[in-house]
Amino acid sequence: MALLFINIKLLFMKKLLTIVFVISSVIILSCNNTNAVTEETINEPEVSAGGGQASVKDDESAKDVVKIAAGSKDHTTLVAAIKQADLVNSLSNAGPFTVFAPTNAAFDKVPKETLDNLMKDENKTQLQDILQYHVYVGALKIEWMEDGQTLNQVNGGNITVSKKEGKVIINNSATVIASIRAANGIIHVIDGVLLPPSK
Amino acid sequence: MNFYYFKTYAVLIVVSVCLLSMQSCKPKTAQSAAGGDASKSFVAPGKYDEFYNIVSGGFNGQVAVYGIPSGRLFRIIPVFSQSAESGYGFSEETKPMLNTSHGFVPWDDQHHIALSQTKGEHDGRWAFANGNNTPRIARIDLTTFRTSEILEIPNSAGNHASPFITENSEYILAATRFSIPLDDQNGDVPINTYKQNFKGSISFVSINPTSGEMNIAFQIRTPGVNFDLSRAGKGKSHGWFFLSCYNSEKANTLLEVNASAKDKDFVMAINWKKAEEYLKAGKAKKQAVKYAHNVYDENTHTATSTIKTEVLVLDPADCPDMLYLIPCPKSPHGTDVDPTGEYIAASGKLAASIPVFSFTKIQKAIADKAFDGEYDGIPVIKYEAALHGEVVKPGLGPLHTEFDEKGNAYTSMFVSSEIVKWRLSDLQVLDRVPTYYSIGHLSIPGGPTAKPHGKYMIAYNKITKDRYLPTGPELTQSAQLFDISGEKMKLILDFPTTGEPHYAEAIPASLLMSKQRKIYKIEENTHPYVSKGEGQSKVERKGNQVHVWMTAIRSHLTPDNIEGVKVGDEVYFHVTNLEQDWDVPHGFAIKGANTAEILVMPGETQTLKWVAEKAGMFPFYCTDFCSALHQEMSGYLRVSPAGSNVALHFSTGTNKPSVSTPVGSLADTSKKESE
Repeated sequence: MALLFINIKLLFMKKLLTIVFVISSVIILSCNNTNAVTEETINEPEVSAGGGQASVKDDESAKDVVKIAAGSKDHTTLVAAIKQADLVNSLSNAGPFTVFAPTNAAFDKVPKETLDNLMKDENKTQLQDILQYHVYVGALKIEWMEDGQTLNQVNGGNITVSKKEGKVIINNSATVIASIRAANGIIHVIDGVLLPPSK
Repeated sequence: MNFYYFKTYAVLIVVSVCLLSMQSCKPKTAQSAAGGDASKSFVAPGKYDEFYNIVSGGFNGQVAVYGIPSGRLFRIIPVFSQSAESGYGFSEETKPMLNTSHGFVPWDDQHHIALSQTKGEHDGRWAFANGNNTPRIARIDLTTFRTSEILEIPNSAGNHASPFITENSEYILAATRFSIPLDDQNGDVPINTYKQNFKGSISFVSINPTSGEMNIAFQIRTPGVNFDLSRAGKGKSHGWFFLSCYNSEKANTLLEVNASAKDKDFVMAINWKKAEEYLKAGKAKKQAVKYAHNVYDENTHTATSTIKTEVLVLDPADCPDMLYLIPCPKSPHGTDVDPTGEYIAASGKLAASIPVFSFTKIQKAIADKAFDGEYDGIPVIKYEAALHGEVVKPGLGPLHTEFDEKGNAYTSMFVSSEIVKWRLSDLQVLDRVPTYYSIGHLSIPGGPTAKPHGKYMIAYNKITKDRYLPTGPELTQSAQLFDISGEKMKLILDFPTTGEPHYAEAIPASLLMSKQRKIYKIEENTHPYVSKGEGQSKVERKGNQVHVWMTAIRSHLTPDNIEGVKVGDEVYFHVTNLEQDWDVPHGFAIKGANTAEILVMPGETQTLKWVAEKAGMFPFYCTDFCSALHQEMSGYLRVSPAGSNVALHFSTGTNKPSVSTPVGSLADTSKKESE
């Protein structure tokens, strides 16, 4: 298994969760800047967030691709990049999406300087292009992928699929090492970062 | 399979922290997103809205009417679905409206609206609406906001690319979503023979300029692709239609993957003036089909359904220069023509750009034969030769485009939940605004015509999580109103909608208000069972049918005492509303009716069929709160056993209570109630 799980007892988790939500509620309320904050706000209906689909409060539904990635210790770089590229809300959409999700180890193969540059605000468009190159609209199960298949990605570029010894390899460079079903699609964890062909 | 799962609770924590960090001190409340300008949508009591918004109902099969800018819902018009509220599809008069070649079909999936036009502008006569599932087109009369006509479309399955109207309402176009073996072919073939046996079909439905009555003028047979949406040309491109096609791969399974394999699908351009020439020259072949044509008569207040058995079909192989294909990036959805008729914006829902084609360039490409081969014998115009340019990276998941009168286009983006405003001339993105969430269609009053009123824009969203008070697993769909009069789009109102709106049109209120019908004149009522006064009310037996000529006027029904009906009788209540006063419908309902009530408009006659299934007393009453004595507007129907000798009797006001005849129980063992 490529990834490590965070193993914490259920009970502890629930407590921690409560704490997190209390803190977040406090922060949200304190930002609302109204006189009612200190009064009986408990009975007031909450103000709609208007912050995009990612901010919808829902702990009951199956997790979408972003929430699953956000829960993976091995995808912190990817998740940071998704946030930096303002793609959190889009990927929380109904989709369906296939996300090819490079691990932190995969990002480590990219020169640190390149990566740092991409995370700068002035290079957001380029980062978006790269991340959108990792997303296909449609939920593609691994068994539906065929050797030689071309997939047109969200950024407009194509990726090619090859199959070797039962493994699916993208662009001859990144191997799918795990697949996770999400509420709005599917994540295929890959061990390399896909770089869009220069246009 | 390599499936594995992350620990749920760890995820929750991370997500919670994410939420926290995302929301910190960015109070993007509804108010701030609305720009604090909600007063713009406020229509004061006693004031009218500026526009009618005629909105498709999606899976409720109906059409809804809202006011803009208030977002107030005025009416739900029963179209393809039975309405227990009005009796539409339940009353004897309206049942034929839902007849099809498949029999009585009391539901459909209603997606798109087309308002009638004259010289490229709304003329406020009719609204046309499609039924997707059992292919049909309905015509709604905008003086009554009632369904006047429904026409079934043969050789079609999934009437999605429909209805789209030409600038003088010459034709409504209706193209099939599913290609199928044609109606006169044996459809019992293996599905994987798709490529040889499945064909597409595009119907041209002519509109009678006076009555509005629809007729299938001709169909065009096409390769077995899926048609999605369309628009008629206008102005310089009048005489043409443009349609988006997907599944040019002709896949018959797992379209999610297999219909997206090619980089480009097509926009089809149809020269329908040319098609008319071929039709005149006798190039069309007759095909045996079966389809229903249902028309409602406002004098008899009754619909008739006619089954038709023939269509004229043009085969592109016999008709050169009638069809062309233009390559278009990946599964194009909306194919929208700008107010001048020059530009065609085709939104590939999986594409990273919006190609905008030029009608002038398309004409030049055809003249120069700038073709890139053929697809099933249809010339494919070179992409670059037809292209005005691309809107580059406008957003994710472009779907539909509407236009204002200032040369701007507005495209909805499903995946990135936003509307992007861009300029037709240089294709530059000018503004973008979030929608909450997952927008489908959008509408600008007059947006699909040559004369848009670019003051408001309405977005129709699929997802409303956290926008309204939650109501269990299913949440309302929503519309959002934007002020587009300035350079920046401003959200001014959220309002919930009924059904699931897809496309909608909006029209200035001034075009409809003055011609609203208020009553049906009783003297023009030629219903065979009309009672034009209380003196004409009666009850007659014809075998086991009992016909009740009943009148309704504030505040009694005539007759209101009916006896002599026997178990097994079919009772037909023909209720005529004698009122000649606006907004005074009367309703009629009787205990145990396993259908619905009927609502009868002033001067109208409607019939509820009711079967007497057991002996007893069955009260009936008016269901529409008509007057101060509405609660008194009632009566009784007595049902006796099948062999009973109780004579048929009816009356109002004369059959006074008798004190000496107590009620007996069915077993004759109960005590007398009066004791």
